[in-house]
Amino acid sequence: MSKNTELISKSLEKRHRSEKRFRFFGILGIGTAVIFLITILSSIFVEGKGAFKSTFIQLEINFDQEIIDPNKTNNPEEFKFANYKLLINDALKNYFPEVKDRKTFRDLSVFISSAAEQNLMKLAMENIEIIGESKKIWLLASSTIDVIHKNPQMENFLEEDRLINNIQMSWFNALKKNGDIKFGLNTNFLSNADSTEPEQAGILGSMLGSFFTLLVTLLLCFPVAVASGVFLEELAPKNKFTDFIEININNLAAVPSIIFGLLGLAIFLNVMHLPRSAPIVGGMVLALMTLPTIIISTRASLKAVPPSIREAAIGLGATKFQAVTHHVLPQSMPGILTGTIIGMSQALGESAPLLMIGMVAFIVDIPGSLTDSATVLPVQIYLWKSTAARGFVELTAAGIMVLLTFLVIMNSVAVFVRQKFEKKW
Amino acid sequence: MGFWSFLIIFCFLSFYIHWYGTTKALKINEDITKGSKLPSLPSYYGTYSLLWLLLPSSIILICWFFFKPYIIDIFLKESIPLNLVDNFKGNPSMLIDTIKATNPEKIFPGTNPLIIDSAAYYQTLTTNSDSYVFLLVLVVGLISSLVSLRKVSTFFRARQAVEKANINLLIFCSVIAIITTIGIVFSLIFEAVRFFERVPFFDFLFGLAWSPQTAIREDQIASQGSFGAIPIFTGTLLITLVAMAVAIPVGLLSAIYLAEYARPTVRKTFKPILEILAGVPTVVYGFFAAITVGPFLKDFVSSLGLSMASESALAAGGVMGIMIIPFISSLSDDVITSVPTSLRDGSYAMGATKSETIKKVILPAALPGIVGAILLAISRAIGETMIVVMAAGIAANLTANPLEAVTTVTVQIVTLLVGDQEFDSAKTLAAFALGITLFFVTLLLNLYALKIVQKYRERYE
Repeated sequence: MSKNTELISKSLEKRHRSEKRFRFFGILGIGTAVIFLITILSSIFVEGKGAFKSTFIQLEINFDQEIIDPNKTNNPEEFKFANYKLLINDALKNYFPEVKDRKTFRDLSVFISSAAEQNLMKLAMENIEIIGESKKIWLLASSTIDVIHKNPQMENFLEEDRLINNIQMSWFNALKKNGDIKFGLNTNFLSNADSTEPEQAGILGSMLGSFFTLLVTLLLCFPVAVASGVFLEELAPKNKFTDFIEININNLAAVPSIIFGLLGLAIFLNVMHLPRSAPIVGGMVLALMTLPTIIISTRASLKAVPPSIREAAIGLGATKFQAVTHHVLPQSMPGILTGTIIGMSQALGESAPLLMIGMVAFIVDIPGSLTDSATVLPVQIYLWKSTAARGFVELTAAGIMVLLTFLVIMNSVAVFVRQKFEKKW
Repeated sequence: MGFWSFLIIFCFLSFYIHWYGTTKALKINEDITKGSKLPSLPSYYGTYSLLWLLLPSSIILICWFFFKPYIIDIFLKESIPLNLVDNFKGNPSMLIDTIKATNPEKIFPGTNPLIIDSAAYYQTLTTNSDSYVFLLVLVVGLISSLVSLRKVSTFFRARQAVEKANINLLIFCSVIAIITTIGIVFSLIFEAVRFFERVPFFDFLFGLAWSPQTAIREDQIASQGSFGAIPIFTGTLLITLVAMAVAIPVGLLSAIYLAEYARPTVRKTFKPILEILAGVPTVVYGFFAAITVGPFLKDFVSSLGLSMASESALAAGGVMGIMIIPFISSLSDDVITSVPTSLRDGSYAMGATKSETIKKVILPAALPGIVGAILLAISRAIGETMIVVMAAGIAANLTANPLEAVTTVTVQIVTLLVGDQEFDSAKTLAAFALGITLFFVTLLLNLYALKIVQKYRERYE
């Protein structure tokens, strides 16, 4: 064996070890990224799964005619003016007869959510025969009790860290022992708009806000983007002007989204005096932002159509414009639609520019048109996150779960369209 | 006329005009017994007259959409009785805002009856003016399309006219991208200039203290806020550095593994998984940073005996890094796979191992592309808003310690502009000065990065 071979075979072991190390680092890189993804998704699931149930407390409510219908009209419309809080307070006093003084009772009355009064009113108005009778009814508990109920380990916390004091804790345990406290489906979450009380806040308002905003975005963005993609890819002459348009589009695709918000604020709101917080303005801003995405995907899918199609059409006497609109564009539609859906899902997740045009307002009403004040899903999530009350944390995570569900649906539709309709040439 | 009834009539009218133009052309064709028929297909004559319906009406509608508030304000100003203007405390624009805000059906007790009258007038004005405009659109559109129908003859080439109009429409749609850029630049510059009238340019760019307070009263002590943006820039830089420290190693190593080592099936499964990270909305990352990562890092660091702010640069930057991973990995992946195979083969033929080939041949060859990818990722990190708004601080600290809370350009823009704003104070205008800085920095980064990537592509193509 020559000296060189010896040297090489000696170094070979080291080189192979370094090879293995490098490969391991590569796997480590991917592993880290995947672990990050799993951590994010699972932490959101863990935080948010509780929001879909809420706590209910069973009380024996006496539908006192003196309180509900003092004038004995028997007219359900009259019941609207009654003070249903008194019914709940009486029921609580009956349940815990040891509570006598007003200060202690105040601690007890926070157990029941103010939404329960509305429910009692509805119940009385729909079942008029219930007046004067007593009935056991499950009432929505307040958010504080809900948090305690969902986190049983909080009982062992210090009194200061626990949100409720020791007496309240003993009442809670008494309710639990008697089986008068239970979990039920949180219907408010999917049927209400925002609220100051976590147990009454829901996501429907912002879902509709997102819907209206995306509707405007789609209507404005899709025709313009397809038209501009068709022009640049198929019909434009190669000159300085079209080059300039292309540079502009590529740059717009990389401009930070918040800059579009500043544009919307300065031009749409301050110059044009369009309404603040309205889906129509939000949609316009998001349309400008999504435009480059759809133009780029339109161009890519037009490029994928083989030139033979164009040549055949032109050979049969079609003009260039006819060849494009009758043959090339229909062939590339699946690709364009896929790109559009992906652009829309980006717009759905976008929130920074909408903060600038006032879609961060606290809005209790469910929006019904394009000019109503509204907020959108991601901004609602941001709003809930910035609220201090403990009960909003799980709502935030649950809101994220709803948002992610929509994104998954949109992206699966995009993948489906691509695989089902896209032609391979 | 309401909006929906207008829409229905308008659609009906469009169909009718198209049909009428087409049948008219068909009829002319039938009448021509000798010589050549009409030069274009009959439906082009229909489309031509339809264009003459759509064009004027859309111009009127767009103008109305943008100028309606101004026009209505003019009418409203004229209608206000003089004694109301004289008796109103405050300037006339406040009076107009009060009138607009008053709902004549739900009146606060004690409101001036003249204001209520004006408010009622304003309400009827807004609804009636819409109906008049809709009516005008229908009449003008109908007339112009009927006039255009007179041109149908053997001398008129409708196809050429229609195609020319369509191509002009396409050009207009393409120009919207330019209009947007111009709109961004001008709106930012316009407000930023107003800011620099109050605060000197160099004080903004090189000042070391940022506390954007403005006086409520003029005689207030310490009324002048300070607008030195250096702490904000360093904060942005710090968070970007942390993000890159997470994203570059993880992204680059994954890209190398996927491009060079992984089997096709592995590549096919893991590439989309990495791209999911790019599809997750940024509010989700913000929530994750604020609720999970922040407290976790704080506990961890304090167990080491150090102190850490709960809104530290480390948490925000680290989570931002996770968001950036797919940008770096997918761009670098493209770059690495486009390195020609001949380079690899040459290296293997010399007896190099795979990792040696990657380190000594492929990465140097792909370096310009990778640098471009990293620059694009940096520009992305600088402009990212929601993560830092939710997880980074608001106070502008001048520090290089990632365990402390710092603020960024985007956070400041959001905090300055969300909430009540009056457009004359330096405080709100400062947001636009920051915005234009952000715009130009990211623009330069993008242009430079795209140029590098372009050059790199040309080298191997």
